[in-house]
Amino acid sequence: MERHEYDVVVIGAGGAGLRAAIEARQQGKRTAIVCKSLFGKAHTVMAEGGAAAAMGNVNPDDNWMVHFRDTMRGGKFLNNWRMAELHAKEAPDRVWELEAWGALFDRTKDGKISQRNFGGHEYPRLAHVGDRTGLELIRTLQQRVVALQQEDEKLHGDPEAYIKVFAECTITRLLKEAGSVHGKDGAIAGAFGYWRETGNFIVFDAPAVVLATGGIGKSYVVTSNSWEYTGDGHALALLAGAQLINMEFIQFHPTGMVWPPSVRGILVTESVRGDGGVLRNSEGRRFMFDYVPDVFKDKYATTEEEGDRWYTDQANNRRPPELLPRDEVARAINSEVKAGRGSPQGGVFLDVSTRLPAAEIIKRLPSMHHQFKELADVDITAEPMQVGPTCHYIMGGVEVDADTAAASVPGLFAAGEVSGGMHGSNRLGGNSLSDLLVFGRRAGAGAAAYIDGLPRRPVATGVEEAMAEAVAPLERSGGENPYEVHHELQRTMNDLVGIIRKAEEVSEALQVVEKLKERAKNTASAGSRIYNPGWHLAIDLRNMLLVSECVARAALLREESRGGHTRDDFPGMSPEWRRKLLVCSAMPDGSGVTVEEKDQVSMRGDLITLFERSELEKYLTEQELADYDAAVKES
Amino acid sequence: MSQTTAESPARKQRAQLRVRTLRTDRWWLAPALTFAALLSFLIYGFWAIFDKSYFVEPYIAPFSSPCWTTSCPPGARFLGLAPIGDWYTLPPGLLILGLPAGFRLTCYYYRKAYYRSFWLSPPACAVAEPHGKYTGETRFPLILQNIHRYFFYGALVIGAILAYDAVLAFRDEHGNWGHIGLGTVILVVNAILINAYSLSCHSCRHITAGRLNHFSRHPLRYKAWTFVSKLNAKHQQLALASMYSVMIADLYVRLVAKGVINFPFA
Amino acid sequence: MGYKAKFRIWRGEGGEGRLEDFTVEVNEGEVVLDVIHRLQATQAPDLAVRWNCKAGKCGSCSMEINGKPRLGCMTRMSTFEETETITVTPMRTFPVIKDLVCDVSFNYQKAREIPSFTPPKDVKPGEYRMKQIDVERSQEFRKCIECFMCNNVCHVIRDHDENKPAFAGPRFLMRIAELDMHPYDVLDRKDSAQEDHGLGYCNITKCCTEVCPEHIKITDNALIPMKERVVDRKYDPLVWLGSKIFKRPS
Repeated sequence: MERHEYDVVVIGAGGAGLRAAIEARQQGKRTAIVCKSLFGKAHTVMAEGGAAAAMGNVNPDDNWMVHFRDTMRGGKFLNNWRMAELHAKEAPDRVWELEAWGALFDRTKDGKISQRNFGGHEYPRLAHVGDRTGLELIRTLQQRVVALQQEDEKLHGDPEAYIKVFAECTITRLLKEAGSVHGKDGAIAGAFGYWRETGNFIVFDAPAVVLATGGIGKSYVVTSNSWEYTGDGHALALLAGAQLINMEFIQFHPTGMVWPPSVRGILVTESVRGDGGVLRNSEGRRFMFDYVPDVFKDKYATTEEEGDRWYTDQANNRRPPELLPRDEVARAINSEVKAGRGSPQGGVFLDVSTRLPAAEIIKRLPSMHHQFKELADVDITAEPMQVGPTCHYIMGGVEVDADTAAASVPGLFAAGEVSGGMHGSNRLGGNSLSDLLVFGRRAGAGAAAYIDGLPRRPVATGVEEAMAEAVAPLERSGGENPYEVHHELQRTMNDLVGIIRKAEEVSEALQVVEKLKERAKNTASAGSRIYNPGWHLAIDLRNMLLVSECVARAALLREESRGGHTRDDFPGMSPEWRRKLLVCSAMPDGSGVTVEEKDQVSMRGDLITLFERSELEKYLTEQELADYDAAVKES
Repeated sequence: MSQTTAESPARKQRAQLRVRTLRTDRWWLAPALTFAALLSFLIYGFWAIFDKSYFVEPYIAPFSSPCWTTSCPPGARFLGLAPIGDWYTLPPGLLILGLPAGFRLTCYYYRKAYYRSFWLSPPACAVAEPHGKYTGETRFPLILQNIHRYFFYGALVIGAILAYDAVLAFRDEHGNWGHIGLGTVILVVNAILINAYSLSCHSCRHITAGRLNHFSRHPLRYKAWTFVSKLNAKHQQLALASMYSVMIADLYVRLVAKGVINFPFA
Repeated sequence: MGYKAKFRIWRGEGGEGRLEDFTVEVNEGEVVLDVIHRLQATQAPDLAVRWNCKAGKCGSCSMEINGKPRLGCMTRMSTFEETETITVTPMRTFPVIKDLVCDVSFNYQKAREIPSFTPPKDVKPGEYRMKQIDVERSQEFRKCIECFMCNNVCHVIRDHDENKPAFAGPRFLMRIAELDMHPYDVLDRKDSAQEDHGLGYCNITKCCTEVCPEHIKITDNALIPMKERVVDRKYDPLVWLGSKIFKRPS
């Protein structure tokens, strides 16, 4: 069996993974990047809108504090405030760095990086390239990896001496050293996986592993996520003994395509609304004006005229409610469709054709124009799009230390969507790409520092068990069809733990998940080990089921509605619940998960005083408000 | 490699498909039509060069302009000059043939057209070419394609002369201005198309500003580049349209000169 | 709405294989990749196909459909007759791993042979100032999703495997053009484009442009301008002389 020794193994080659790997390599660590797809195909390419960074290029009033406030507001104050702080402070540097690595963002008149408006951001803040910013980001990082390899080739004669990509390779288990220098629970010692291409197994010996595997969308039927999003990192962390937080918070992007059925869920970028697109129901009404929640009342336009003026004069008008945070818009669309005011194919209308000249639409939204033309045969310059909510992003993930991205298991790090806390209960558009860069870098640096402090390299155990687990579906015959189990899981999660949740439905989902876990143990995959998608899916099912269980259990416990978690039976936001995080851990045998409550750490004084009391009153408990008053007095 | 995938000894082979192409559409149609069009142009051009009826007041056939030999009728001489002298007895068109022919021969569009339709390299996309070896434009003689821009400069001169000829076509046979015949219209249209084709040339696009990395420092050249780029997007259409227009104009003048066409507004 | 379509799909491992016939259900609005997925779920669970975003943005599902290089996710079934037999094969230019999945490492190899973006040493991150019109050309090339269909269709290597070492293919010649036109790139790429990366092999027959799913004008905007830039350097005595006499920044 193939065995490699590295300092850092990064799992996932999206924005966070590549940024982490670049950092680890720049700090002199031998780094492996392991990814399920080809190099450069990661889901980051799907990000359209941009990367939020308070550079103040378009509006000089913007700064990290405004960005921090917007992020906390968007997350309904459940965010890990330290992460939000670091993110807001460091995002500009991370974006500028990309430019020095060859990224070509759209420009302002004076030659700086242009920034665009986006839902929940007070100022134009998103660095972008048309509507393909994610592609630019991944390509730039990919090319940066290549540049480092070229450097290494000159220095060491081997381009892969310090950074190497293992593409189309899936990690199925993290390996630990039992009873290591770090105590009886052990520390990370490597990873086990298989080549998708050959089915051969591969073992990495490494003291540090960075998880950057993205999200869990493939547990849902209607999703903007690709097949890779099977919650691998979430499950690997759980099985290695780490904790997940905020798993009940899933962002349903308000505008996914609803037709044709085969592309249902594919994203329609928020920039469509940022650039003037409006939402209408079947009666032609701009219904978003009816859905502005109290906490946002004074920040959004109340008439169509004011909203329309905002596009040209943002200083003197409030923004249109189409640009409310994603959770609000998604729920509004959901309600309209349920009330029978939906479009023919079960969405609502998103219209940009009557708002901008055709040439302008093609210039500003080229890939949307292309996408609708090619996939749905709809010309968005001439007719409205039909859109509806789609499972887009999970706010929850591995609980990490904000500064180092370290999980509770020594040697384990996580960055990007697989980590939890940064976005609280709801992520703002554009904060994901900047999150990848900021915490990708921090994870790489954290791993490097961790290794420097180790007295010796750990020794991996558990390879035999991992191998037996991986090969099992191939050795069974006549068992369950993995595709059917997967499909049932997707239906269950979509219908019972979707945008709007009820206690009975979530309980029912948990029962189904239990049954599916049994069936998944009996999946059989025909064919050989060479590039066998049926076998790959059978292996991924374990992860999807574990993660789905976390989502459902946490969703059942949290008896309030906040951000990406809406309970029909508890429609209000509760200050008490804001102080609590729900923490998922795997049972010792890995057969299921348990969820516990944990107190949220109170915000640092200098950060909380960035907010007005009147705003905090909507979120905080009396006790917390008293602390706030004390902090204000002190400063 | 910047990425590593698993090694397996059996896999360094392409999919074995023993057909030239699996295309089911009529992929051979486009190269066949191009072949016919280019061939007709070659045949016509060969005939026209040796045809002597290239001038009739006030029209001169484009294939024989500028006429610079003593054998040219006085009215046909470009600016009234005959610098070549009477030692030259071959057809006058041969003298200047090299410029427009060279321009079209090395033109990026025509290269595509004849590589595909004459040399079948490749005949159409995803259809295998019949040649065992291929070196492209890396060595003699095809490396000479790189002198295209010099033919472009020449083509600008020829274009100006054809425009001048078209202006002269506004005189009647006695030299008085104000005449407009069918021939005038044809020569004007041809002059416009020929010049549009020349200006839409990729080399022209490069020369205006394509070679610069900072358009913003050269606003006028950038403007010119933008204009040429718009024409350039139609380079193929202009190449074909001007090829036919020059053939038609040339044939028309010769037919008038031969007296085959003699209606009042010829 | 739905109908049964006839498919012929190349199946095999490591080059050896054959076209296999399938009859499979097709519903309204589906693309070829949907049908292949249905085959996986119902008839051929180990049918290998590479895919990812299913929205034409990642460039994973490159294949040849009725002989033409296409993205499986962007080829609508409604573009075919219901009675037509649709033939799906892997890309021809690259070695096949299994069924529709190719070993595309040639492309990653070539990517690494192109010298990276080289900015001037004295410009710090955050200090870059570029006008929109100066970055637009390179931005067009950065739309590339690396589906590698241009390299697949290019006859220089498709029909002549022996040219692979000398020829970077349209994708990476375009990358050279992208960097050469970058306002801040200081590396001279003209000689190496011709000498090391095989720009001269291109005979501008434009198949790369024809198959590009992003509709990038690879030939007109990248390859030909790059050829012209090479002419400046290598084949044009006047430009060479001019650059010696008037030293001006371009």
